[in-house]
Amino acid sequence: MKIAVSGLLFLLVAGLSGGALAQANLSEGQRLVMQGDGQGGAPCQACHGADGAGIAASGFPALYNLQAGYMVKQMQDYRAGKRSSLVMAPAVAKLNRQQLEAVATYYAAQKPAPAPLPPLATESQVRGSKLATAGDWQAWIVPCEACHGPGNRGVGSDFPALAGQHPAYLKQQLLAWRDGSRANDPDQLMLAIAARLTPQQIDAVVEYLARLPAKGAQ
Amino acid sequence: MKSLLTRWLPLLCFATGVLQAQPQVPVKLPAFAEGQYVHTPPSPDTLASDTTLHPQLRKLIERGRDLFLNTQQLRGKNVFNDMNCQSCHLGEGGLNWSGPVWPAATTLPDFRGKNQRVNTLEDRISDCFIYSMNGTPPLAGSEDMLALTAYHQWLAKGAAMYNSKIGGRGYGHLGTEMPRQTSYANGQQLFGEHCALCHGDNGQGRREAGVVIFPAVWGDGSWNWGAGMSRVPALASFIQNNMPLGQPGSLTAQQAWDLALFVNSQERPQDPRYTGDAAATRELYKDFHNLTMYGLTVNGKVLGQHDNTGAKPFLRPPGLQLRPAP
Repeated sequence: MKIAVSGLLFLLVAGLSGGALAQANLSEGQRLVMQGDGQGGAPCQACHGADGAGIAASGFPALYNLQAGYMVKQMQDYRAGKRSSLVMAPAVAKLNRQQLEAVATYYAAQKPAPAPLPPLATESQVRGSKLATAGDWQAWIVPCEACHGPGNRGVGSDFPALAGQHPAYLKQQLLAWRDGSRANDPDQLMLAIAARLTPQQIDAVVEYLARLPAKGAQ
Repeated sequence: MKSLLTRWLPLLCFATGVLQAQPQVPVKLPAFAEGQYVHTPPSPDTLASDTTLHPQLRKLIERGRDLFLNTQQLRGKNVFNDMNCQSCHLGEGGLNWSGPVWPAATTLPDFRGKNQRVNTLEDRISDCFIYSMNGTPPLAGSEDMLALTAYHQWLAKGAAMYNSKIGGRGYGHLGTEMPRQTSYANGQQLFGEHCALCHGDNGQGRREAGVVIFPAVWGDGSWNWGAGMSRVPALASFIQNNMPLGQPGSLTAQQAWDLALFVNSQERPQDPRYTGDAAATRELYKDFHNLTMYGLTVNGKVLGQHDNTGAKPFLRPPGLQLRPAP
């Protein structure tokens, strides 16, 4: 029976053109974002917005600027307990792989127009820009760009875009790497760097990154 | 009965200072040898505000730094693979244990075994282009070469001239004797676990939007068979002190040897000194190739026995010094 069902699914999927498939994925993603899993899980839009802009003051991350593959990996990590959040774990617990992909595809396609942040004080700008683009190698603080790519817009599905992310969320994550409450990085790549940053450096770099133009920003 | 771990754990924690509020990844680097001096290059932030430099010179040094960090801007002209200078010389060329480049400015001109003659700083940089960048060097006296030499010299600011007792120079702390138990198979497994995420399952590195993010460690995008990094001991030392990025010393010496043997047993663009026969070329340059796998049979094939020069449409750049066949 299972074989018959997946066979049917395969035929269905194979029968759809690529464009139609993407469209179906998008509207399924939109449904999940707006309504949740229909089994009591919170709808994504409650915290991340329907347009994926997130909520800066609450530290709820923007998603529109992230790579779909990275979002899928994080949601899988919440499901598997590799990344912990009392909110995210139950929200994604009942979504299957296709649904996770649909949500991620939907959010990666959004193009909100967030209000620009006020300009940074020169000193923070200089300090933040240095860490993001040049690092502090003598202290073995690798520049963010070395892994997160040019303009910190992310690399593949493994190194998330940081550009345009809310500073409160970025800071919260750096502190979580430092104290070990977030540890789903391959080979402790992020722990190594986060633990070497001073509180002042963290404040400067997150404010700098938040002001970089995000992928897909209008 | 208490397990060995519980019995020794309190003592271990005491000895290594593990009792910390937050987890950390230590930076574990070798100790400097007695009698060596240690140089820290000026920080790049000081360059823009250094009024002791003539504005034209400062501009030139900045250009040199830019070429060093993004050597791919010379792609198709001088560079024919996916490497930047900083791919091998981390920390903008100024980091100890990562082949800091400023010693070339304080110890040259000097005799160099690789090409059996006295080399200038320009000659030394040229060799990086010929081998590590699988390319052809900017001409001595050209704007690009001048910029690169000025950058090297600026990094050397305050270092001792003609004093070669330099701490953290090169890639050599593991010595040149590969341990007998070094294992290709272990290296292959370790590569999959710790390296493939950034350097790719086939060593091809990683790009984003066309820009090289992580360098290729074998194949057409990587250093050629004549590059210093194709020597197994050099790569092993580099790996242990620099990889994974941000975690010097996290791999054991043996793991670094295993990885270096595995990576340097894969194919890469031809050695520009190739005579048409890899084994014969190995013999002709054996003072170099006795540390590489070139010309040896691995997995049933002689490494380097091919005409593939990667993206470079020629084998030998002009000016390459060759040894006469015996």
